[in-house]
Amino acid sequence: MEQVIANGLYLGAQYALIALGLTLIFGLMNVLNFAHGQMYVLGGFITYTVYGQLGLPFPIAVLCSGLTLAIIGGFMERYLFRTVIRRSHREESTMLLAAATAFFFDAVMLLIFGEKQRGVPKIVKGVFNDYGIILPYDRIVVGAVAAAMILSFIAFMKYTKTGRAMRALAQDRVAAQLMGVEVDRYTMIGFAMGAMLAGVVGGLLVSITGVNSGIGGPISVKAFMMIMIGGAGVAGGAIAGGFILGMMESVGLTVLREYGDVTYLVIFAALMVFLSIRPNGLMGKPWG
Amino acid sequence: MTKKIIGLLLFLIAVFVVAPWLIAATGRTDLYYVFTSVALLSIASAGVWLTFYIGRINIGQGAYALMGGYVSAILVMYYGWSFWWTLPVAGIFCAVASILIGVPILRLRGVYFAMVTLILTEVMRLLALAVPITNGAKGITSIPLPGPISLFGLALAPDFATLENPRIAFYYLSVVLMTVCFALMYRLVHSRIGHICLSLQQNEELASSIGVNIAALRVMAYAISSFLGGLAGAVFIGATQSIYPSSFTVTDSVNFMLNCFLGGLGYVFGPMLGTLVLYLGWNLLFSMEKYQLLIYSTAMIVLMLVLPNGLLSLGAKRKG
Repeated sequence: MEQVIANGLYLGAQYALIALGLTLIFGLMNVLNFAHGQMYVLGGFITYTVYGQLGLPFPIAVLCSGLTLAIIGGFMERYLFRTVIRRSHREESTMLLAAATAFFFDAVMLLIFGEKQRGVPKIVKGVFNDYGIILPYDRIVVGAVAAAMILSFIAFMKYTKTGRAMRALAQDRVAAQLMGVEVDRYTMIGFAMGAMLAGVVGGLLVSITGVNSGIGGPISVKAFMMIMIGGAGVAGGAIAGGFILGMMESVGLTVLREYGDVTYLVIFAALMVFLSIRPNGLMGKPWG
Repeated sequence: MTKKIIGLLLFLIAVFVVAPWLIAATGRTDLYYVFTSVALLSIASAGVWLTFYIGRINIGQGAYALMGGYVSAILVMYYGWSFWWTLPVAGIFCAVASILIGVPILRLRGVYFAMVTLILTEVMRLLALAVPITNGAKGITSIPLPGPISLFGLALAPDFATLENPRIAFYYLSVVLMTVCFALMYRLVHSRIGHICLSLQQNEELASSIGVNIAALRVMAYAISSFLGGLAGAVFIGATQSIYPSSFTVTDSVNFMLNCFLGGLGYVFGPMLGTLVLYLGWNLLFSMEKYQLLIYSTAMIVLMLVLPNGLLSLGAKRKG
């Protein structure tokens, strides 16, 4: 049981970080970023290239992943999403754009990195084995880094001017604009930050699970589930959703093992029942 | 009015005379399969479009297409039904299922509904893998071709197995279905109920406050949508003669939605045009091999930047 909880916590920390980026973008712009999983994969490939191929230290590689994705995210907001939101009659049109960018990332990554599963050398060797828990040290390190990043993200949103501006934007765009918040600028920063988070998680996880160009879509679906559990557009909800999904996966894989590959079927069914009772997730604002 | 009749005539001529003639003239009989797919996928997309019309983003049409396909395949293979009878049954089965699923989830709006329907597609795939009657990942294969059907002694369709090229028969079948579906859709959208649906899209609370039964209406629209999905799925399975859990996946669900976006959400015939352009575009790019997805997605991004309201908004702009 301890093992299951430890696995769940570790998975949850990763998931929460992915969901945070997605929910940030959603909260600020009402855009459901279909390309989030692809951004994660791209981050993984950048770390793979910098750390695995060029041999630079791992932290620098993760930093490169985050920075590159932040720049890409900023450009995407500035030149794609902003234009389409301005020209389109219906807000949902951004979904087509997001799906198209997801395909685009998939295509580019397939061309550059190929379809093989890529991994990098372990960052820390050894296995933690005590209190009935077996956990490789590198997972502990990655989990701890993820948890630290979640905390610093919350602190950033809470105590800096940029964070305050973004929270104001998510609450009420028009009111924020009237109070003198530079809407365009902070939307762009928010999108860049969301993309950066995806890139950093991708970079961190490549050291454990490796990466291949086909997993972007499934990761996006998982991230959608997390923010639905917690409530879209709310940072606390994303974190809760991430940990809950991580736990459910960990527990489900253990408990339901004998029934075959039904964990996700059960999770999906539970989620649909949950959402029909509580449409906004745990702490979402009404109607997203 | 005359303009509409001329348009309808032109469409019928293009679909029933020009397209087969062109295919016969060029000898590219493989194109029959392409156009059959376009016709069937556009029926499913029309369903998605109807849910857009009541203001819901539906990324779950793949689930109903898969469900309809399995209903048809199981009835034909295990219970010896005629293919023709399975079509309405598959559609109604999906409609009933969608009412059961829709009553709770249609309370959701915006991205919540979109994501639940996306997950629904995945649930259906996993169900098809887990339930014994669907034969798991191996799927159901070598489904027999449709037999003959007649109504009051009048032969409606011959035995497909005796035909020299059943693909041509499937082409006509799916094109007829597509024409009927879109005619009914057009009628529905321009009826009283259609206008009320439009009020749901704009403001549900307001519509509800003046006495529109929004709950019943949106379930009805969703049921029609799923009926079309199931019907298209069933015919599609008949044409490919096999079904797997991966026959309709999340990608297909997303594509159905993209078809509607591309054609234009404000136009009944948007999904038809969108499906044609996306499907043909994808197939034309096949010769580009590994650059196929790159060019396709780039073209989509550019289209979105230039025409964010769909292809049909071009004509509308010129008008006024």
